[in-house]
Amino acid sequence: MSQQSSSARRAARLLAGTASAAAGLLLLAGCSGGTSGEVNNEYGFATAEQVADSPITIWVDASREPAVKAFQEANPDIPVEYEVYDGNAGGSGTFQTKISLMDQAGEGWPDVVFSTQQNDAIWASQETNGQQAFAAPLNKGFIDDDYLAGFADGSLDYSTIDGTVYGLRNDLAQDVTFYNKKLLDEFGYEVPTTWEEYAELGDKLAAEHPGYILGSLGDSFMTYVYYGGSESPVFQADGTEFSSDVEDEHTVAISKILDGMLENGTLVKDSFFSAEFAQKYADKLVAVPGPVWYTGAIFQGALAVPAGEIGVAAPLRWEDGEIETGNVGGGIWYASSHSKNLDAVKQFLEFATSAPEFQVEASSGYPAYVEAADGWLAKQAETGYFVNDDFQQVMSDAAGQIWPGWSVTRWSPESAWATVVIPGIADGKSIESLLPAWKEELDNEATVNGYTVK
Amino acid sequence: MSETRSITTAGAAPRALRRPPARLHHSKTTKRQARFGYVFVSGYTLLLIAFGLLPTLYALFLAFTRNGAFVGVDNFVRVFNDYRFPPAVLHVALYVIYWLISLLVFVVLLALVVHAIRVRWASSVSRFVFYIPGAIAGASSVMLWLFVLDPTVSPVSALLNAMGYESLVQVVSLDNLPIVFTIIAFWTGAGGWIVIQYGALNNIDPEIMEAARIDGAGAVKTAWHIQLPMMTKWISYMGIMSLAAGTQLFVEPRVLSQATRGVVPDDYSLNQLAYLYAFRQGDFSGSAAISIVLLAVALVLSAVFIFRGRLFESD
Repeated sequence: MSQQSSSARRAARLLAGTASAAAGLLLLAGCSGGTSGEVNNEYGFATAEQVADSPITIWVDASREPAVKAFQEANPDIPVEYEVYDGNAGGSGTFQTKISLMDQAGEGWPDVVFSTQQNDAIWASQETNGQQAFAAPLNKGFIDDDYLAGFADGSLDYSTIDGTVYGLRNDLAQDVTFYNKKLLDEFGYEVPTTWEEYAELGDKLAAEHPGYILGSLGDSFMTYVYYGGSESPVFQADGTEFSSDVEDEHTVAISKILDGMLENGTLVKDSFFSAEFAQKYADKLVAVPGPVWYTGAIFQGALAVPAGEIGVAAPLRWEDGEIETGNVGGGIWYASSHSKNLDAVKQFLEFATSAPEFQVEASSGYPAYVEAADGWLAKQAETGYFVNDDFQQVMSDAAGQIWPGWSVTRWSPESAWATVVIPGIADGKSIESLLPAWKEELDNEATVNGYTVK
Repeated sequence: MSETRSITTAGAAPRALRRPPARLHHSKTTKRQARFGYVFVSGYTLLLIAFGLLPTLYALFLAFTRNGAFVGVDNFVRVFNDYRFPPAVLHVALYVIYWLISLLVFVVLLALVVHAIRVRWASSVSRFVFYIPGAIAGASSVMLWLFVLDPTVSPVSALLNAMGYESLVQVVSLDNLPIVFTIIAFWTGAGGWIVIQYGALNNIDPEIMEAARIDGAGAVKTAWHIQLPMMTKWISYMGIMSLAAGTQLFVEPRVLSQATRGVVPDDYSLNQLAYLYAFRQGDFSGSAAISIVLLAVALVLSAVFIFRGRLFESD
């Protein structure tokens, strides 16, 4: 590699040479291999030598920082170090690339990692280049079955591979329809129940009350909201076969609806999490389909909408169809199989997923752990945040109505949306015209990740 | 690596030239100096072997093997057939072309202008100002540019709006990126080169300049017929160094990719692709193959600069 010729000039370029540096270290260290591979029956995997009271390192995204803070407060005796990273958001793959680096170095792994993506168990459960799989199996003795049984039905599915659980779900992420009752009443509109009504509401709103909006397409996770939530078979994997049907009637229909709403201005292009969005649209968002975690992350957080304005309705469906909703993330906590202090790791995992100090008080979303969810729902009811009394029922119903036709694969569907669709619509192109390019990118990514394209 | 050694010699040369000339050293001193010379370069040589030569050999080994078995050029074929490879080559090539041209033209021009400034303080102030951005490391300078390029927060948002850009996504569209990276790289890197070219201009014998002036040559003619030909060596030195750094484009697109949540693809440049191969796909052989391709291209182009730029010829 040629970085030696320029390393003196630009220190930052050193990053570019991480691969070769790691290779150099490998050579110097004489190829450090994996762990001995002796399975520890108590845990069900080969554990590292345990060192009591050794500090544990936790990687979280910014929204999960309160979990660590609350844990430190509740357990001052356990030494905890934490690092805030991007949480793998947008399918960035940071989690995997960093762990691969550490696999190569043979040391330095974090003890606990939080990821906003659902697909990490697929690679984290695999041995890489001779290193033991990063994610520790959790249901082979490490975490008690009683505790695991406390999670909502199906919520551990994404992190379960061949019957082994590799991660604990932080929050549920089924889509529902949020609406601003105050605005709907003021304008005299009904809550949309179908995609068709959603589009009609857009037309009326644009004509009668321009400036008010029904959502944004600025984030790459919209691929789950609008395509996963509309039964569009864009992202389907069966084993290692991948298919993406952009000519399907649902795919085309939802694309046309989105194009229409982009054109009349009821869908905007600013990211939900940008300062711009909060500034421009805090009191302009009339109704929006989205995951239950919008409650804390968008309405109570970014937009700071006061209690008593927002309602929750059933997910949108097609006029001639049943409710089949989408799922947008729902973070997952992973434990490292290399950890030297599994007791502390276990304590942290259980705290982060179920302790009310975080899940009820400081978490933005709908907890996956049932007991914590009850506490969270009770808190929302107590503060009277939502206008409809049956919001608990609506949310828990939706959790069981997630469309199974959207797959979880080795890579994230978000990256193709981000590189093809977002710049395309920024450039003024219609989503419908971008569908072939989107499919091509998805197919290419599938091939690179070892799938065969059907 | 030979290219590195030549650069070290070239870099040391201007300092030597600036010393008062023509005082012959005692041979004993020369010998002792030579011995200390070896001591001084030994640290560099060790690091070069550990982090330059050995990894290069290791990459060569990896590039032609897979899981320890020799596979010939299979890894190269696989990488070349990757749909991400041709765009990455194009992206890097465009960027390097834009950047080299901007360096060759503007750095030389600015150096000539600064050198022509007769007011002493103005000259040193301008050199200092040119140099400041170079003190900011790559990643942080991209962060700074993120603000400049985002029309919603940019201090030059009026200019961006006038060019038809209303969001960061539009500014960092694939077509614009080579220009964006060129501007960032020029802003951080040009100052150092201006100072070096200024030094090269100082090396030109004042008598020659004097003679030109007496012959009636103006600033432009002097620059074209005297200064430029005598700077060729330093210009090709700049070319080689920039080429090596330019083909390794990594930090800028990586930071932009993260900041735009993937709108700037994470496989934009060749080095990013090599990074993905190694740490996303766990395919170190493919990663090494890309690195070897980069090395080969950099070596060939450097050779062109070295021989066309008379870098090894002594005055």
